[in-house]
Amino acid sequence: MKSMVASVVSVAAAMLFLGIEGGAQQQPASPHDPRIGLKAGLHDAGEAALNMEHIASLPRPAGFFDPAAPAGSPTPPERPPAAPGTEAAAPPAEAAPAPGAPAAPRPSGLNFANSDLAFSRNHLFMGNFHGFNTYDVDSSKRPRLLASIVCPGGQGDVSVRGNLLFMSVEQTSGRVDCGTEGVQAPVSAERFRGVRIFDISDLSKPRQIAAVQTCRGSHTHTLVEDPNDKANLYIYGSGTSSVRSGEELAGCSGADPKDDANTSLFSIDVIRVPLAAPEKAALVAKPRIFADQKTGAIAGLEPGGDRGPGAQPSRATNQCHDITVFPELGLAAGACSGNGILLDIHDPVHPVRLDAVADKNFAYWHSATFNNDGTKVVFTDEWGGGTRPRCRATDPLNWGADAIFDIVDHKLKFESYYKMPAPQTEQENCVAHNGSLIPVPGRDIMVQAWYQGGVSVFDFTDSAKPVEIAFFDRGPIDAMQLITGGFWSAYWYNGHVYGSEIARGVDVFSLKPSEYLSQNEIDAASLVRSGEFNPQEQQKISWPAGVVVARAYLDQLNRSHGIQADRARALKTALDRADGARPGNKNTAEIAGQLDALAGQIETDAAASTGRDAARLRALAATIKGATAKLRG
Amino acid sequence: MYDRSVLSTQIYRIAATLFVVLAVASCRSAPAQPAPRAEQTPQIIQPGAPGQPSHAIAADESRDLSHVQATPADVTFMQGMIHHHSQAVEMVELLKTRTSSADMKLLGARIEISQRDEIKMMQHWLSVRGQEAPDPGAMHDMPGMSMPGMSTPMMPGMLTPEQMSQLAAAKGTAFDRLFLEGMIRHHGGALTMVHDLFATPGAGQDSEIFAFASDVDADQRMEIDRMSAMLKELP
Repeated sequence: MKSMVASVVSVAAAMLFLGIEGGAQQQPASPHDPRIGLKAGLHDAGEAALNMEHIASLPRPAGFFDPAAPAGSPTPPERPPAAPGTEAAAPPAEAAPAPGAPAAPRPSGLNFANSDLAFSRNHLFMGNFHGFNTYDVDSSKRPRLLASIVCPGGQGDVSVRGNLLFMSVEQTSGRVDCGTEGVQAPVSAERFRGVRIFDISDLSKPRQIAAVQTCRGSHTHTLVEDPNDKANLYIYGSGTSSVRSGEELAGCSGADPKDDANTSLFSIDVIRVPLAAPEKAALVAKPRIFADQKTGAIAGLEPGGDRGPGAQPSRATNQCHDITVFPELGLAAGACSGNGILLDIHDPVHPVRLDAVADKNFAYWHSATFNNDGTKVVFTDEWGGGTRPRCRATDPLNWGADAIFDIVDHKLKFESYYKMPAPQTEQENCVAHNGSLIPVPGRDIMVQAWYQGGVSVFDFTDSAKPVEIAFFDRGPIDAMQLITGGFWSAYWYNGHVYGSEIARGVDVFSLKPSEYLSQNEIDAASLVRSGEFNPQEQQKISWPAGVVVARAYLDQLNRSHGIQADRARALKTALDRADGARPGNKNTAEIAGQLDALAGQIETDAAASTGRDAARLRALAATIKGATAKLRG
Repeated sequence: MYDRSVLSTQIYRIAATLFVVLAVASCRSAPAQPAPRAEQTPQIIQPGAPGQPSHAIAADESRDLSHVQATPADVTFMQGMIHHHSQAVEMVELLKTRTSSADMKLLGARIEISQRDEIKMMQHWLSVRGQEAPDPGAMHDMPGMSMPGMSTPMMPGMLTPEQMSQLAAAKGTAFDRLFLEGMIRHHGGALTMVHDLFATPGAGQDSEIFAFASDVDADQRMEIDRMSAMLKELP
């Protein structure tokens, strides 16, 4: 007992020593950034925030962490005691076991990692490599655990539709029966890799009703609605891992397309879910979205071309990591390994590629988010796979970053990069990851997770000049070693930002007004209410015509000097009066008349204005007219 | 020590019982303000196979992953991959003084950052599991100690000492071509190693190994893709 205490102290001393040394090596971009030098800790790490407030936090529930190693990784094995001072700064012990000896049992940091989020009404579903957890977020300041479901297989990304919950499973340890014991045999009927479907009508006791097997498993998936087929729901499954053998699942082949035209590479999976009988969900297509549209060659995005006999087998872009759909526009953006692609999905079972781009600074195309108009896409580069530190001062700001593209005539046009700017330590896995739009009318704003780089909110209304407007960050989980953690996802849902922290649990934030974002703009964003939200399935956002939204536009026009000062003053006064007005009140008609007159003048202003200001003036006029129509009843 | 702790436990139990009795009594006498209910932790549910019922499971049962620990094949994979990655770092060292192409330097920088960092990760993974963690980088960092391929076990796709010497002797476009061809083959070897890992019974079950091997597969495919394009563009 005593020797263990001494050992803990010496390890702590080593941690302190290495921590200080590691910190000193950082070359901060801005020495004043409060994200630099935060104290390490699992639940007591230092925190820094700008223009957002951390309002709630809930650790991972029982059964979803190892009490002996709550962060996901224990300290290195204890070394034999030695004289004090002789080993304090020495590196961790390295035993020298016999070759081939079994590894010392040690929980993997990812086994209980939280992953992606989905939302339905007042419920938040948090995927986990080990299953999923359901929370009641009716009170955003007091999220409450409703149910813990164990069903391992990673990554456990979730989506919801009504009473159905969908989950991605890719690991070779995944089991059809949700067992925790893995599958040892290379070929086994017990193995499950694909998309699981649960009936969650009883939230506290979901049932698995279908498990659609796929050749590469499902790393991520996306729900897709077909506007012309309301009886079915579709799922795009993206498998990024190894292809299993045809012995385990008939038809699977990891062969080169030159040798096997039916290879499981170079496609995505399309699953059809009959809503009246979801247990009959089945794989219905494996579209060749990378094919050369002229020759039909499956590996159409392969840049090497025909390399002749004896050449290396094809290793080109043959998978998507993630696909984000925007059904109302008939568009999807695929982040597909070596390329970003744009798809026409008017017929979801037969997506058609519209464009494909590559980028020298991008290592791995990971995910995509459209702006609300569908005129821009933010692609992310998950350089290092998400478990490695890629936001150090030495890592370029355009590597492991976002790339913002305009969509012009169905083609992708590169505009800029954005990366969470504060340098992080060697002990923090960090790279661009999942985020969503914050629905501020008149602007393109996104909140995004950067693993242990925290949460960053940025404005990309000018796609060539993205600007960070808010952030939250914690210190590393551990001062000495990198323990995988940080934010997997950060999404806006009905007025708050929800974060899925891999090792620390659920985090909830609210936005605070600042020079970059007014209270009116935050209020206007909070007016947008969804009954269901799956971030990879974008819905067109519209704002109710009302005083709050008009004020948000007015704030933006004042900020850009896009409105005459006297007009702005007059409108502010009129909007203040309209606040208390109700249909039928005695001066309501007069207030509405005044507002309509202002709307007319603003329309005239818009005609004489250009660019973003003109668009905002038009939107403002339309919002005022909508508001007065409501006032008149 | 022992006696005292038993005694204190007993005292605690008695006190706790007394407290509960008193608390119940006080509730009965003053029912106006019921105490707020402590929040209950929901049961952990484990669903069955499709169509099968779900059932409750204890927390310690839920987190029991004793069957999906890393295996000797996983360890061998990590040890081999350190040697494999280390040759890529060696090749990039050569690139620094032998190419004049900005794109090649960019490629080299990315390979170097990624592979050096992954080597560190693999060494850590091995050492905390009490396994031998090869440290080939220690030698490459020393000037004049670069004896390409000499100290390193040959893993799939790795260049032979002769091929490394050939690469070291080339310059300009000739170097670029040899480098790209060599690195494409080298990365192809990593894909073979991943394939072999997953074909081994019980291997690749641990989440970290699975994620790492899958990342290696995805990243290196993508880099092969990029290098193939660069190879085609060479004059």
